[in-house]
Amino acid sequence: MKAAVLHFPGINRERDMARTLRLISGREPAMVWHAETELPSGTDLVVIPGGFSYGDYLRCGAIAARSPIMNAVRAYAAHGGLVLGVCNGFQILCEAGLLPGVLMRNENLRFICRDVYLRVERSDTPFTRGYNAGQVVRVPVAHGEGNYIADGETIARLEGEGRVLFRYSSPDGMIDPNWNHNGAINAIAGIVNERGNVFGMMPHPENHVETAIGPTDGRGLFAGLVEALDRAA
Amino acid sequence: MKARVTVTLKSGILDPQGKAIEGALRSLGIVGVSSVRQGKVFDIEIEGGDRDKTEALLKQAADKLLANTVIENYRVDVLG
Repeated sequence: MKAAVLHFPGINRERDMARTLRLISGREPAMVWHAETELPSGTDLVVIPGGFSYGDYLRCGAIAARSPIMNAVRAYAAHGGLVLGVCNGFQILCEAGLLPGVLMRNENLRFICRDVYLRVERSDTPFTRGYNAGQVVRVPVAHGEGNYIADGETIARLEGEGRVLFRYSSPDGMIDPNWNHNGAINAIAGIVNERGNVFGMMPHPENHVETAIGPTDGRGLFAGLVEALDRAA
Repeated sequence: MKARVTVTLKSGILDPQGKAIEGALRSLGIVGVSSVRQGKVFDIEIEGGDRDKTEALLKQAADKLLANTVIENYRVDVLG
């Protein structure tokens, strides 16, 4: 895995992400500053980490989405390169038009920082192959604006094409408004683009990968990516 | 040239902030408020004095950055 972690001013989860990528792939990721116009050659995974790029000014992710490096990410994604956006990274991908829809203010108007349960909807993607479909994983969220919404036609397409990869659920995998912490439509926690190579999710799988910290349910996502890239190589 | 771009949420898009403000107004005893929707205003100064050019430029600015047209509408007013 030759991962590149994008670094925008105001991002604060890039080191957590780099640590996890190193731990699971055994390889140091490249850190790429937002003002760069090219990704390191041979990059096979672009990761946009969480945080508060540009202080969430204007709209979450809006300014980062228009930075120079994003043109390179767009071109890389157009060639089928894998892109993972977590939290602010998901917001940036939506603002950049690489994923449809938008992340609105949480329904209860509160910043939510806690562990949540996610139901894995399918396991036949590079992002979820480390899990089984229907499996429930426990990972943290930390966001004020994670309430996913898109127009009805887009939601119908996402659902019809099986592009929702994670939903907020109860510990036993039931979809229930009580467990849909931010009020996202259809309890959507993560979606993939039409081609299946650009994925965004609000929760932070990179923070649950070490037993010293707690659950390790986040490992599957990264281990699955390593496996997918090994097979493609 | 001075201009104003007003960005508002499209109808049908839930506005939890507007709802909270609506509740706060009610609790202040300001009666008769039936709905509040929060938006944004950008006051912008543009070099040159051509109204049409200014309007076209600001439409571009709104489409590219100031508004997320998935959920927001915008209006450009050239104030002169």
